[in-house]
Amino acid sequence: MGKILAVVIVIIGLASAYPILKNQYPLPEDISTHGHLIDDQLNDTMMEAGISFVGAQLVLAYFLWTFSGRKPGSPLKDFPGGAKVLVIFAFVIVGTEVIALGAFGQKAWASVYFTPAKADSLQIQAQAEQFAFYFRYAGPDGKFGMIHPEKIDEGNQNYFGLDPENDVAARDDIVSGELVVPMSKEIHLMLHGKDVGHSFYVRELRIQQDFVPGLDLSVHFTATKVGKYEIVCTQLCGLGHYNMKAYLNVMSQVDFDAWLKQQSQ
Amino acid sequence: MAETSAEPAHVHAPPEGFIRKHVFSLDHKVIGKQYYALALLAVFTGMILSWLMRIHLVWPNAKIPGLELLSKVGAPGGVMTPEYYLSLLTMHGTLMVFFVLTNAPFAAFGNYFLPIQIGAEDMAFPRFNMMSFWTTFAAWVVLMLAFVIPDGPPIAGWTEYTPLSAIGKDAGPGMEWGASCWGISIALFCVASLLSSLNFIATTLDLRARGMTLMRMPLCTWAWFITSCIALLAFAVLLPACILLMLDRHAGTSFFIPAGIVASDRLQPHSGGSPLLWQHLFWFFGHPEVYIAILPSMGIVSHILINSMRKPLLSAKVVIYSMMSIGFLSYMVWGHHMFLSGMNPMSALAFSFPTLTITIPATILTLIWLGSLYGANLQINSASLFAIGFISMFVSGGVSGFFLAQPSIDIYLHATYFVVGHFHMVMGVASLFGVFAGTYFWFPKMTGRYMSEGLGKLHFWITFIGAYCIFMPFHYLGLIGNVRRYQSFVDDFMAPYIPLHKFITIAALITGGAQFIFLFNLIYSRFWGKPAPQNPWNATSLEWSIPSPPPWNNFGGRHPVVYHDPYQYGVKGGAGDFVMQDSPEVIASGD
Repeated sequence: MGKILAVVIVIIGLASAYPILKNQYPLPEDISTHGHLIDDQLNDTMMEAGISFVGAQLVLAYFLWTFSGRKPGSPLKDFPGGAKVLVIFAFVIVGTEVIALGAFGQKAWASVYFTPAKADSLQIQAQAEQFAFYFRYAGPDGKFGMIHPEKIDEGNQNYFGLDPENDVAARDDIVSGELVVPMSKEIHLMLHGKDVGHSFYVRELRIQQDFVPGLDLSVHFTATKVGKYEIVCTQLCGLGHYNMKAYLNVMSQVDFDAWLKQQSQ
Repeated sequence: MAETSAEPAHVHAPPEGFIRKHVFSLDHKVIGKQYYALALLAVFTGMILSWLMRIHLVWPNAKIPGLELLSKVGAPGGVMTPEYYLSLLTMHGTLMVFFVLTNAPFAAFGNYFLPIQIGAEDMAFPRFNMMSFWTTFAAWVVLMLAFVIPDGPPIAGWTEYTPLSAIGKDAGPGMEWGASCWGISIALFCVASLLSSLNFIATTLDLRARGMTLMRMPLCTWAWFITSCIALLAFAVLLPACILLMLDRHAGTSFFIPAGIVASDRLQPHSGGSPLLWQHLFWFFGHPEVYIAILPSMGIVSHILINSMRKPLLSAKVVIYSMMSIGFLSYMVWGHHMFLSGMNPMSALAFSFPTLTITIPATILTLIWLGSLYGANLQINSASLFAIGFISMFVSGGVSGFFLAQPSIDIYLHATYFVVGHFHMVMGVASLFGVFAGTYFWFPKMTGRYMSEGLGKLHFWITFIGAYCIFMPFHYLGLIGNVRRYQSFVDDFMAPYIPLHKFITIAALITGGAQFIFLFNLIYSRFWGKPAPQNPWNATSLEWSIPSPPPWNNFGGRHPVVYHDPYQYGVKGGAGDFVMQDSPEVIASGD
């Protein structure tokens, strides 16, 4: 029965690797300037993890095939070199992998989180709430109005709690249910959580960031392809969590300018 | 001078009467079995909840018979509502992580076998021990209350992230009293776990028999000992976290709730708290908890593999030090659950590096198991099949950790099915394989009867292949960006992958069904199984030197003396190819 298990383990190991080798579950198209760094890192890790996975399963199967169900009293042998060789192997091989992945892998992270958004980036505020996203543009004056939580009134579509009567900056703010952005322009997205934790995830953008109430967080990205992409919430936020989504609409600069103009009328 | 008792605390009189023998027992073996029974109840409940979720995911309009009885509001006409899906998800995670993965490999087997393996008569503090179990039981009762109260179970997931879990009914159904049940239950569970880890530590350090040096303890005893050290620190953080959460919920404090949040159109009367504080406290417990679940299984599997291979591991010391390093590192990595939470992005690097480093001791362990198989004389039975299955699962679940340890990749894979596949395989399935292996191995000791080998093997084959069919595809779904904790796949890109989800559901139903074979085997063999001798596996450690089932005081008043390290296999002994730990015979080589 040990031999059957050995065969089953080989089949499982190879069958698990097959869809990956055949790329049957591809990542969605990358539409960001930084995404290729993440994808490269993921592919490198896939190769290293894949070799470790298949290698370990095959060795397990081989030893199981060879050393199970032997005749009673068959002579026992010890692994050549003993534990020392294996410990050194683990330190050298895995240690190198750890350092390599740990060090090189930070490039992608750094490109998203360690560089501030450019001074000329377009600032947009995103608000997440149970169970919708809203996006706010500063309007012609380039200034956002203050948020007054006590003035938030969904019925009157005052999602951000703006006070245009007393706050001049708030008067021209544009609020949209869709995140419309110009292509090839850096977007500085400032995240505001209205009620509980949420998250902003666009698969194609390779961006995911939590909204944390009480914390001013932001991410920046540059979209490189015109199109409509799903924005979904990935932080469990309550009963409508699965249905909390919006769209990212990437337009050419000309179309975007026209859209913005139309919105401010 | 005050009169002191000559008897140490752990020595107690033989139990008399049904209540003392089987209910409020001081005997660590009875308490171990009670933990096992509770874990069994919890695992079947948790499994059925996962069935309900899997069925709902792929057949959302399916009428599930009987579901309406569980909740009229949550499943009108037997069709699950979105919020009830989240309730079941929360209860599934909580039951499995706390009441199964902590109770079964650690509290149940640890309680039963740790004292015997070190030659002790009982735990150091038998009354504490009894209290640990009954507090755990109370925790389970309070958690299950959430099913029957009108509010229903909470919907915030087993991690109960704040502010969702802290602001009460404005957060949604189940968040008024259901979430309080959760908080009280987990706080009680923490108290119980603290008591039992203290007990394990004191027992291991103080009650070892003559000659039982630390390095002569069996590897599973080592694993339980290291686990109790981890648990002592981990639950000590979760307990105050739960208390603070309950204060936020019921006493108007704001530990985890910031100012200016508006939920259900109501400005919440709180200010000054930090949602991230909860995440830090929770994961400071949560990550070590992963090792609380898996380390005992590593020990159990090592113990069983050595017996089945008829030779010791290449180096027991390396295994012990690797388990210690894993335990130590487990405290430095909690932030990898929070890469995208908004904490300082610099800290992601500080958490990523130790996380990747854990791979080294984990690889060493795997290589030691594999290298020890070389040249062995492996005997196949249900216990050793599950032990081998553990290694395979541990590798499969472990390598996916390599992805998630890197913050850059986590940007894409966080909160997807990739994560779900990863932790189910390594923390769930691998750990449970250790429990299954332990059950088949120790059942003859606990009951004096064998479990059915035929049924055991059938159980293994379905479970092993089934678990791969369920959890390997989870990784693929994660790669395409399938988000977890959704009760329905509303995103357009998911349509082509629904058949794969159906396949997973069917695999889950079959694999889950196979667990009833195990349950049947357990009950049937308890009463009608083939009688087993005292040492059916020709094993060496002290538990096999006493009758099956062991008498109430384990060694019958005898004080065992230990002469050898725990794994004298492949030697020429009087009884065969092994020498027992308490056998005074001299072995030509070794100690």
